[in-house]
Amino acid sequence: MYQAIAAAAARLVKIAVMILVIATFNFLLVHAAPGDPAAVIAGQSGASDEKLIAQIRAEYGLDQPLHVQLTDYLAKVASFDLGYSYRQRQPVSVLIGERLPATLLLTVTAFLLALAIGSLLGTLAGMRAGRWTDTVISVLALLFYAMPVFWLGLMLVLIFSVQLGWLPAFGFATIGPNLTGLDLVLDVATHMILPVTTLAAIYLAIYARLMRASIIEVEHQDYVKTARAKGASRGRIIRHHMLRNALLPVITFAGVQAGALIGGSVVVETVFAWPGLGRLTFDAVMQRDYPVLLGIFLVMSVLVIAINLLTDLITRIIDPRLARAG
Amino acid sequence: MNRRDFNKLMLMAGIVGSTGIPLGIRRAAGQTRGGTLDVIIQPEPPVLVAAINQQAPTLTVAGKIYQSLLKFNFDQTPRPGLAKSWEMSDDGLTYTFHLEETVKWHDGTPFTADDVVFSTTKILPETHARARGNFARCDSITAADAHTVVFKLKEPFGPFLQCFEMSSCPIMPKHLYEGTDYRNNPHNAKPIGTGPWKFAEWERGSHIRLVRNDDYYKPGQPYLDEIIYRIVPDAASRALALENGTVDLTQWGDVEMFDVPRLKQLPHVEFTTRGYEFYAPLLWLEFNNRIKPMDDKRFRQAVMHAIDKDFLVRKVLFGLARPATGPMSKATKFYDPKVKIYDFNPAKAIALLDEMGLKPGADGKRAKITYLVPPYGEVWMRFAEYIRQALSKVGIEVVLEAIDVAGWATRVGNWDFEVTAPWLYQFGDPALGVSRTYISSNIRKGVLFSNTSGYSNPKVDTLFAEAAVAVDPAKRQALYSEVQRLLVEEVPVGWLVELDFPTMYDKRFHDLVVSAIGVNDDFDQAWYEG
Repeated sequence: MYQAIAAAAARLVKIAVMILVIATFNFLLVHAAPGDPAAVIAGQSGASDEKLIAQIRAEYGLDQPLHVQLTDYLAKVASFDLGYSYRQRQPVSVLIGERLPATLLLTVTAFLLALAIGSLLGTLAGMRAGRWTDTVISVLALLFYAMPVFWLGLMLVLIFSVQLGWLPAFGFATIGPNLTGLDLVLDVATHMILPVTTLAAIYLAIYARLMRASIIEVEHQDYVKTARAKGASRGRIIRHHMLRNALLPVITFAGVQAGALIGGSVVVETVFAWPGLGRLTFDAVMQRDYPVLLGIFLVMSVLVIAINLLTDLITRIIDPRLARAG
Repeated sequence: MNRRDFNKLMLMAGIVGSTGIPLGIRRAAGQTRGGTLDVIIQPEPPVLVAAINQQAPTLTVAGKIYQSLLKFNFDQTPRPGLAKSWEMSDDGLTYTFHLEETVKWHDGTPFTADDVVFSTTKILPETHARARGNFARCDSITAADAHTVVFKLKEPFGPFLQCFEMSSCPIMPKHLYEGTDYRNNPHNAKPIGTGPWKFAEWERGSHIRLVRNDDYYKPGQPYLDEIIYRIVPDAASRALALENGTVDLTQWGDVEMFDVPRLKQLPHVEFTTRGYEFYAPLLWLEFNNRIKPMDDKRFRQAVMHAIDKDFLVRKVLFGLARPATGPMSKATKFYDPKVKIYDFNPAKAIALLDEMGLKPGADGKRAKITYLVPPYGEVWMRFAEYIRQALSKVGIEVVLEAIDVAGWATRVGNWDFEVTAPWLYQFGDPALGVSRTYISSNIRKGVLFSNTSGYSNPKVDTLFAEAAVAVDPAKRQALYSEVQRLLVEEVPVGWLVELDFPTMYDKRFHDLVVSAIGVNDDFDQAWYEG
């Protein structure tokens, strides 16, 4: 018991140090980019003068030397203060708090969908390797994987909202009527169909290919041969002997991919005007809105760490041997 | 069922093609009440308070909430805004404005002359770079009574009335801002103006909603119920949104120029390029006059002869521009057409280059210059590619350098470029929007949109200075004509085109564009034929 607590504490300390290192690295990276935020803010007003630029610099501490800015930033991070946005004139935590749910809704749905359907299709293809089902699934997977996200998104909009008029082209919900309860859920769900499909399509393809390879590999393992020799039914062999083992590499890979999924949402959120974190990131980069950018990086890092912990946990549930191995 | 739903049904049933059926029957007369206008706004504005921030999207939305003393007709003559009448003294030093008496702020407080005095002496000089310059010309600004404001100038200033356009002088509520930290005032999140539209909600990343101000001072107006500004970051999605009727209005650069010819053909879409006269954007090749060979006027003249402006207009800008002839746009007062015209003539260009001693090297190239491509969309890359092509024909090698917005602003502001292509607004008068690019006193390092080319000519300085303080329009015209002739001969920057921005809107909306600031105006006359 004591050992378990010590291990957990050590892990927490490790995570805290990791986050601090990430924060420092992010800070230096962002500030290494050429381009002065004060000049951007002042310049885009169509007219500017020295006074305005000096005001903006002083207001946001940009007139301080870099190491002072860095120490200030780290001190703030340590006290869970993400700073204040130059451009939006709001605390970064508020901005991220507003956008995070929309992004999580989009990415988690797309992720689960891609994982479920991808694994299913991969299993099907793996079980019938070499036959026409396999060929169709493999070709489709390759096609989706090769397709640029924004192109797929625009094509879906062109077909389903411009030509057919079935689905909304963009946005999170219908603006105007203050919907509640089930109506709101349905409204948001309708708006989600196209962006989720777009985002899921690419990852679905990856998981399908992974699962297919994994199934083919597992099929030749001794325990499957044994089960078959004992006369177990095909369905039982797949469910009890193959799936669990075949899923492990997919889950591990999915854990690694979760971070990239949030990155991929930048494009989808831009095409579908989805009010999420991806677009906030894009705008922050364009505007050199350092505090927002740093805040997002930090939140993403924490999310990735959390997802990795979760992946660990899930693989241990699927394969108890890993848990015993510590 | 509205027409859009009907068409959708027809489309689904396969009855009509993408042409649709014109079902709208124009009402014989008069405005009707009601209707929601869905508009695109991009990028998302940082705040909606025009006094605090003057970026283009901020002004478009804030123009519905805040107002100024004057509005401007298409020909840029002033007409009443918050001021119902005004007069100027004969010596051009005193301007008296008589304000509308029944105007109220959105919180119910009456609007008075004190608000105007507060705005022009306190908040704007602190927060608004252009207004700071304009009102520094005043000796005193006082309220003669509750509805009369008197501006006394130190010396005459020809375009003084132009300083009261909305984006230059948004009037702010004194009772909410006086004595506060203007930039962090809590009302910045919930703007209170005098305009026909009240701020209702702002869902960041999604939309901004404005609703009708029922206490607006013009009886019965505004006619529409609400305006929704939707934030759509992707240019292709914006074009599709106009096409399928999700939005009713696109403006400025919402739609990429190559999409415009297709969209303006749509049966439900109306197209206009009016309503940008006050800004009259002029695009030029900015030469850094400090660097060889750009420091030689013959080189700059050669470049002017080497570029086919008509080709640029037709093939790169899809007709959304006109060839430019000099430092002033044709939409601006005091434009003089009688200047030297640089025709498209590569032979002349080569002769000029030969004359200045720039002979072709072994590789056939005479000079190599770097072109910083403005980071504002695909069209500007195509534009740059044409320039590279055209100049290579006369032996000038152009290296294109792509960059992001922040990098571009910093590099150009700090004179760290050879050639780039900005476009600047004219703000209704040469003293406000033209002289800043050429006068020596405006060579200020680190400041974008100042005289970044580094051109300096005492004669030009004097002419601009005299024209700004001249009262008699004929005298101003004479001075501005002379400065135009002088500049066109010297070519400090290479004027290429006067840009036209497309405004496209659903035909059922009327009177959206009624002034020289078009879509940035307050839409208090706009109406919907339901």
